[in-house]
Amino acid sequence: MAAITFLEAIKQAMFEEMAADPSVVLIGEDVGVYGGAFKTSEGLLEKFGWERVIDTPISESAIIGAACGMSYLGLRPIAEMQFIDFIVCAFNQITNFVAKGHYLWNAPTPMVIRGPSGGGVHGGPFHSANPEMYFVHTPGLKVVYPSTPYDAKGLLKASIRDNNPVLFFEHKFLYRRIKEEIPAGDYTVPLGKAVVRREGEHLTILSYAAMMHTSLEAAEALAKEGIEAEVIDLRTLLPLDEETILQSVKKTNKCLVVHEDTKTGGIAGEITALLCEKAFQELDGPVLRVTSLDTPVPYAPTLEEAFLPNAQKVFATAKELARY
Amino acid sequence: MPVTESRRKAKLSRQQYLDLYYYMRLNREVEETMTRLFRQNKIVGGLYSSLGQEAISVGTAYALEKRDWLAPMIRNIGALLVKGVPPRDIFTQHMAKYTSPTKGRDGTSHFGDLENLHIVSPISMLGDLIPVMTGVAMGGRYLGQKIVTMTWIGDGGSSTGVFHEGLNLAASQRAAFVLILENNQWAYSTPVRRQVPLENLADRAKAYGIASYIVDGNDVVEVYTTAKEAVERARAGEGPILIEAKTFRRRGHAQHDPAEYIPKEQREFWEKRDPIALCEAFLLKEKLLDAKGKKEMEEKLASLLEKEREFAENSPMPPEETVHGGVYCGGDDCHKIRPKWERPIAEVMPPQSSVEPVWKVEGFGKGKSSSGKNAPIHFGDVQPEHRAQEPKGRAVKKSDRKPATKSAKKGGR
Ligand SMILES: Cc1ncc(C[n+]2csc(CCOP(=O)(O)OP(=O)(O)O)c2C)c(N)n1
Ligand SMILES: [Mg+2]
Repeated sequence: MAAITFLEAIKQAMFEEMAADPSVVLIGEDVGVYGGAFKTSEGLLEKFGWERVIDTPISESAIIGAACGMSYLGLRPIAEMQFIDFIVCAFNQITNFVAKGHYLWNAPTPMVIRGPSGGGVHGGPFHSANPEMYFVHTPGLKVVYPSTPYDAKGLLKASIRDNNPVLFFEHKFLYRRIKEEIPAGDYTVPLGKAVVRREGEHLTILSYAAMMHTSLEAAEALAKEGIEAEVIDLRTLLPLDEETILQSVKKTNKCLVVHEDTKTGGIAGEITALLCEKAFQELDGPVLRVTSLDTPVPYAPTLEEAFLPNAQKVFATAKELARY
Repeated sequence: MPVTESRRKAKLSRQQYLDLYYYMRLNREVEETMTRLFRQNKIVGGLYSSLGQEAISVGTAYALEKRDWLAPMIRNIGALLVKGVPPRDIFTQHMAKYTSPTKGRDGTSHFGDLENLHIVSPISMLGDLIPVMTGVAMGGRYLGQKIVTMTWIGDGGSSTGVFHEGLNLAASQRAAFVLILENNQWAYSTPVRRQVPLENLADRAKAYGIASYIVDGNDVVEVYTTAKEAVERARAGEGPILIEAKTFRRRGHAQHDPAEYIPKEQREFWEKRDPIALCEAFLLKEKLLDAKGKKEMEEKLASLLEKEREFAENSPMPPEETVHGGVYCGGDDCHKIRPKWERPIAEVMPPQSSVEPVWKVEGFGKGKSSSGKNAPIHFGDVQPEHRAQEPKGRAVKKSDRKPATKSAKKGGR
């Protein structure tokens, strides 16, 4: 067991899947010789050659379209978006072509669309996006957003093996900032399953990706004040693990949702509705949310800091919730 | 590339001539049957016509082999028929019947068959099929299948972003892909002159450095022989090929549109050049068909279409409860996904697949990328000491490095 970074976990997942299954190919911008803008595909071209590691022109719609076409022949392409911000350039291909195929004409589309997402690294308004909710609104897609190297590797492998189109978001703040020991060899983490990261009885904090770490940090601070928060890492946003969410909220009776995505239309709203429908009697307080502000992601560090959630904001909101 | 005399005069076998004629007649009669059904309110939604454009759908699809792949657009029912789709599938699709290929989930020519006929279902968004069929061609080559893929686009659709992204990707990949640009001179109510400042839309090919042809879209033999040449060139590895077929849309955009915007002279000019009438005159003149043969074919068509129409009319609508399910593939029990390899797998696996990771730029020697654990990546994730301050409350502190799994108490791993 060796401690590896989040970035290394992504690389290992792709490497191992490509080594195990010739139907897995990688297609994207600068993924070959350069090894990807974030070096997640470093060494893949060397090992698997030009036919399996395909550098393309700067054409997101064409990348997604071509990956979709390849998947119709039973291949399992991984399409990389150099930055996940550019995924919306292929919005139509993803939401209209890729997502609807199985329901409409029984065409499975086993492909993964992955790329670096999220803010906190001063990437500015066009290199910091969290576009997950555009796609959570699209039946036919699966949306995965891991927070740890172990999960990143296991979930990416599961995504590649899944027969459906999976959008896989990699929070770039985590790429080299966290390390984790992971077991050698093959394992997967199932899609659609959340995980309890910290047990607690007073309130539930639901989060994912970089904000999961922020939530845990806040939970430790809360514990010092006698408030035990249960922190749940959603991991997959579509399909959402309702069971784990409901189980926890029925125990703690309070729920706070923390995400880096902006507030309006973020998954916190969806979860709130879910709790109203299925756990209304169990709630002892309002469902609260700590999210980014409803603005574009600003560039200046001072502005970005004000824009993003942080442990203090989570701490303060959780304390407010605990008072109910 | 202009169509050469030799290709125009190419000799086909009698059976090929008769096939082309038969499929054009079938194409037209399927659509005429649907026009009647439309007037009886039995078609759900809109109905589009390819009247006068049958030679293009039929002639191009006839150039494909069974192993090849196509994706039709709305006016390519003829291509579906040539590929082997029974007319009942087209009727039931348009009538939203439960017996349709999509069980009523989509209409018109929006259906496909990955297993047998190798048809990709179109979607309404014009141009989207171009990168998708490029991908099918790339995948086919990877698997060693030697397939060619084909789709169609209108004069109007040739201005979409994906048309350009897709064709450029196809060109840069030298994909075995043939794109038929049906220039019927109108995109809904907008004439081609108002869409594209080009005399010949085939000139778009120049932008991608690929070969192109211009054909008379109302001459089925010219369409077929040109498409055949293009398909074989693509199969031989010459890269994608664009064929512009000049024609005319004789009906409105769809049944609802009387198309009063179309000048009378233009309509009259093209009505005299009906592709089926032209083909028939040729066949009669060359004695490839006689009155008796024609009558037999017509009887065969009539009885086939009556049976197929009756099947569709007698089919039920999808039961309400079938709205559920099928949004996702349920895994192996739902679809066993196994690519059909037609080359040794060892060729694409290490060590055979391994290469030297360098750019080879003609005249510039070799370039190599930076690499290694600390290779620079975007946004200074490399050297934390250069990062002035982490936003408060976000930095993952040393003690937090293994938080996730340490405190995980249930679920997960
Ligand atoms: C991307 C997109 N925009 C708009 C439409 C609506 N639309 C459907 S057909 C059509 C005209 C298409 O003209 P053309 O490509 O020349 O094909 P034709 O109808 O002449 O066969 C339009 C505007 C569409 N289907 N897709
Ligand atoms: Mg047109």
